[in-house]
Amino acid sequence: MKGYNFAYLDEQTKRMIRRALLKAVAIPGHQVPFGSREMPLPYGWGTGGIQVTAAVLGASDVLKVIDQGADDTTNAVSIRRFFARTAGVRTTTVTTEATVIQTRHRIPETQLRENQIIVYQVPQPEPLYRLEPSRIETRRMHALSDYGLMHVKLYEDIARYGQISISYDYPVLVNQRYLMSPSPIPAFDNPKMHMMPALQLFGAGREKRIYAIPPWTEVRSLDFEDHPFRAINAPHPCGLCGATDSYLDEVITDDRGGRMFVCSDTDHCSERQVAGHVGADGWREAAQ
Amino acid sequence: MNTPLSAGFADPVTDSQHCFRAVLEAMSRPGTALRAGAAHPPPGLSRAAAAVLLSLVDHETQLWLDPAGEAAWDWIAFHCGAPRTADLAGAPFAMALRLPNLSGLNPGTHEMPETSTTVIAEVASLSAGHRYRLSGPGLRVPKVIAVDGLPDDFVESWRRNHALYPCGVDLILCAGDMLTALPRSVAIEEA
Repeated sequence: MKGYNFAYLDEQTKRMIRRALLKAVAIPGHQVPFGSREMPLPYGWGTGGIQVTAAVLGASDVLKVIDQGADDTTNAVSIRRFFARTAGVRTTTVTTEATVIQTRHRIPETQLRENQIIVYQVPQPEPLYRLEPSRIETRRMHALSDYGLMHVKLYEDIARYGQISISYDYPVLVNQRYLMSPSPIPAFDNPKMHMMPALQLFGAGREKRIYAIPPWTEVRSLDFEDHPFRAINAPHPCGLCGATDSYLDEVITDDRGGRMFVCSDTDHCSERQVAGHVGADGWREAAQ
Repeated sequence: MNTPLSAGFADPVTDSQHCFRAVLEAMSRPGTALRAGAAHPPPGLSRAAAAVLLSLVDHETQLWLDPAGEAAWDWIAFHCGAPRTADLAGAPFAMALRLPNLSGLNPGTHEMPETSTTVIAEVASLSAGHRYRLSGPGLRVPKVIAVDGLPDDFVESWRRNHALYPCGVDLILCAGDMLTALPRSVAIEEA
């Protein structure tokens, strides 16, 4: 594309982001401040993830972008087109073909490989922000590894509701040191972060923070011995492909209470359908 | 009197991205030796070290340059534009021809461990030499690497650096056109 540098950002900005990324990888889970730039889309639309992707992307990379697991939603389509235009990279919807995957709020169901990088869009990088509004205080708490406040919050959940009531953005402890926000992925996805073969990078544009988890790193969801972490999912198989082990979205189908549960990961679901798996709603459709 | 400077990267955008990805990969999987890309180095520096400087250092980052590498300064000043500092203990980046004593470098603070020094150090070889066993984040199982050219007391001085975690310095080792990285998070023993 004429008038822009490769992947939109200028080289000086890329170097600044790259320096932050290297420190982030060296200190797994620690939030590194960076000079977040104004991007041609508003904060909240994935500007942090886009800047990280722009800094790592090369001409030979193959990019996949998902939004809540889907390749075909507005955010995913616009970001994919953005990089196809500004970097000319090949894009894909197939998880196994991608070398860089930018994601908003999901981790693909297909297990990621060693030579892949997953970039998360992060709205709020500070896991303690609901408990302690001051950045100065939370920075000190991270320095001292003082996470008692979060344990109290989880304990109060159990005392009040009988269980930990966090269903997304469930806090994790990285490399036994830093409390980290996994971004608003469902708690269902948390176990996938543990010992993941791929490199995980996180970008928060508005909050101007970058953090990372190297491959093969311990990522533990906070819990208690007598209340172990449990990943919650709708107790249904996918209506289209019949999968029982993937994260499901509930889709309202009419105004008479009709609904169906389908895989949130569209690539995973369509690959399964191509392979011949059919769910209850798929059979019904075929019968009609 | 002045000899002409060698070129930096032939294609700065592509070459610096390539070099950065090698450093990122090496930092993510400590000890992995990778090709750094094609830079024309100044006198005294390896191709890999030159590529790393071109990819990571600029007018925003102070650089300490090993006095033994003085001949490279004009090239660095021209291509990177980095301000030079004589204060090794305060420099965000240090370019060393021989790895300096790690305890004299900036390990960062507990609130801002990312402000620590990144040392780019020349070594003789990343494929033969003294053997070290690495373990920690990025490594599924411990990894044995061979490096020629680190100080004799390296394991002991790294042990002290690693004990400062999450503070501590990070190393990028360069030999010829190969590089590898040792982040502070990795534990190193004799192998």
